[in-house]
Amino acid sequence: VPIRHTLALLGIVVVVCVSIGAANPAFLSIGNVFDLVKSSVTLGILAVGLLVVLVSGGIDVSFPAIAAACMYVTCTLALRAAWLDHMVLLLAIAMTLGMALGCANAALISFFRLPALIVTLATASVIRGAVLEFVGTRNITNLPSAMIAFSRLSLWDRPTPGGDASGLTFSLAFLIAAAVLTAAILRGTVVGRGIYALGADASAAERVGFNLRRIHFVVYGLMGGLAGMAGLIHASTIRNANPKDLAGLELTVIAAAVIGGASLTGGRGGVAGTLLGVALLVIVTRSLLLVGVPPEWNAVVLGLLIIVSTTVTALQSRRHPTEGIR
Amino acid sequence: VTGARGQLWRLLGFAAAAFVIMTIATRGVLLTASNLESMAFQFPELALLSLAMMLAMLSGGIDLSIVSVANLSGIAAALTMTRVSAAHGGWPAAAIFGAGLAAALGCGLACGALNGVLIGVVGVPPILATLGTMEVFFGGALAWTHGQAVVGLPDWLQLVGNGSFAGAPIPLWVFLAAACVVAVLSSWTVFGIESRLVGANPLASWFSAIPVRSVLIRTYVASAGIASVTGVLMVARANSAKADYGTSYLLQSILVVVLGGVNPAGGTGRVFGVGVAVIALQALGSGFGLLHFSSFARELAWGAFLLVVMVANWWFDREQ
Repeated sequence: VPIRHTLALLGIVVVVCVSIGAANPAFLSIGNVFDLVKSSVTLGILAVGLLVVLVSGGIDVSFPAIAAACMYVTCTLALRAAWLDHMVLLLAIAMTLGMALGCANAALISFFRLPALIVTLATASVIRGAVLEFVGTRNITNLPSAMIAFSRLSLWDRPTPGGDASGLTFSLAFLIAAAVLTAAILRGTVVGRGIYALGADASAAERVGFNLRRIHFVVYGLMGGLAGMAGLIHASTIRNANPKDLAGLELTVIAAAVIGGASLTGGRGGVAGTLLGVALLVIVTRSLLLVGVPPEWNAVVLGLLIIVSTTVTALQSRRHPTEGIR
Repeated sequence: VTGARGQLWRLLGFAAAAFVIMTIATRGVLLTASNLESMAFQFPELALLSLAMMLAMLSGGIDLSIVSVANLSGIAAALTMTRVSAAHGGWPAAAIFGAGLAAALGCGLACGALNGVLIGVVGVPPILATLGTMEVFFGGALAWTHGQAVVGLPDWLQLVGNGSFAGAPIPLWVFLAAACVVAVLSSWTVFGIESRLVGANPLASWFSAIPVRSVLIRTYVASAGIASVTGVLMVARANSAKADYGTSYLLQSILVVVLGGVNPAGGTGRVFGVGVAVIALQALGSGFGLLHFSSFARELAWGAFLLVVMVANWWFDREQ
C-alpha cells in the first residue's frame, strides 16, 4: 500500500473522531474509548488474518464459521474435561483446530486448483453444519472459568468519576500480538515476500522459485489459527458461546480490510492500514447514536462507507476503462 | 468426458444419484405427489435468485445485493398494494397487483442501475460495489419499515404465492418463465453474448468495440430486475414483507450457480445447469427433512455436495 493511503486514512479517522467528539463529548470519554477498543478486538484479529489472504490474491469467507466452530468445540471440551480449564490450553486447542481447518481450505485450493471463494463458501457451510449437527446447538452461557477470568483481566484500570473502574480489555494484547506477528511475517520473511509475489503475479512467483503450495498453507493456516483465537476471545468477551454466532461477519471484515487499502486482486495491503480500516468502521457504526442518528441507519452508513472508499480507490487507480472489471 | 459438456453430464449424474438415494432412504416418500408439490413451491425463490446471480457471474462479476434488492422491492410492492387497496377499494385485484409489481420493478431497476454505474463506469470491483449496495439497500429497507414486517396485505395475494395454475404451483410457473427469458437473453441476444465476452476477457472486449460500460450496466439492471420479481414472489408466499427475509439465500445462490457449471471467473454457463443444480439441492434438502435431520445437516450436505462435484470436475479435466 502506498504510505499515502495509510496516512490519508489516519487523517480521516482523526477527523471523524474529532467531529464526533465535538458533537458529543461523551464519545471521547475513557469509558467509551475502552468500549470501542473492546468491540474492535475480534474484528481486528480477523481482519489481520484476512489481510494476509487478500494479499496472496485469495479470499476466505469461511473464517467466521471456523471461529464459531473453534470457540464452541473448545468450550464444549473444556466443560467435559476440567483439567483443560486454562486459558493457554484453551487458546492452544482453538488455534490448532482453526489452523487445521484453514489447512483443509489450503489443500482444496492448492491441490485441486479450485477458486478460493467457492471452496471457502462450501467449507463454511460444511463446518457450520457439522458443528450444529454433531456438537450442539445450544448457547453455552456457563463458560469455562478460565474464560470468565480472562474477560475480567485488564491491561490498565482507570477509576471513573462514577466510582466503578473501567478497564482496558486484556484481549487488546492479543490483537497487538497478532498484528505484530503478521506484519513481521509479511515484511520480514521469505514466505511473507512470497505472499505478496503470489498475489501480484502467481506464475511469475512460481518461476522465481517460490513454493506456492507452501505459501497457500501458511496463508490459510494463519487465517484459521487467528480465527480460532478471535472466536475464543469473542466468546469470553460476550460471556456466551453461541455456535450460530458470527454468521455474516465475513462481509464486514472484508469491508474493513478493503477500506484499509487491501486489494481484492492481491499483492497490495498492509497491517497498519487494515487496523485503521477496522477502527474507522467500528467508530462510525458504533457512534451513530452519540450523534443522534437512530441505530437502524447503521447498515446504510456502513454501506456508504464501503461505496465511498472503494469509489475513491477505483478513481485513483484508474488508468484504463476496463480496469477493475474482474 | 471433459469440458463444459462433461461437467453438465456429471452434474446430471450427481442429481440423479441424489434423487435415487433420497428416494430409497425415504422409502419413496420423496417422489409422492404431495412432496413433489411442496418442493415445487419451495425451490423457485432460490432458483430465481440464482438466475440473477448467474447473469452477474457470466459477465465476470458477482451480485451480493440480490437478496437486499428482493426485500427492498418486496417492501415497495407490499406498501404500494396496501395503500392502493386502502385508497381505491373498488379496484380489481389485477390492477392493485400490477401497481405493486410496477413499484417493485421500478425499485429493482433503480438499484440495478446504481450497481451497474458503480461497476461499469466508476470501476469498483463487483464484489465490493455490491457488498456496499447490499448494506445500503438492506439498511434502507430496515429504516423504511423500522424493522417491522409489512402486513395487512390483500387476501387474494396469497393465491399468487401459494396457489396453482394449470396443475402446477404459480411460483414454479414464474421460475420457468424467468428461466426461459434468461436462457434466451444470455445465449441468443447480442446483449447476452456481449456480456459473456466481457466476462471472458474485459480488455479484449474493450478493444473489440464492445460497449463494456453499457453492457455491465444492463447486466446488473437485469440481475436486479429478476431479484425484484423474486421479492414480489416472496411477499406473496409469506403474505408479509420484511427487510431481513431470506438472507441465507445469498450464499446459497452462489453455491447453486457454481454447482450448475457457471464459471465464477465469467464467460461460460447455462441456465439448464443452474436449474439442475437447484433441483438436486432441493431433493437433497427435502430428503434430509423427510428423514428428520435438522436443517444443519442439510447445510452440511449442500457444502459437501459442492466440494464433491468440484473435485470430480477437477479429476476429469485434470489432463487439460
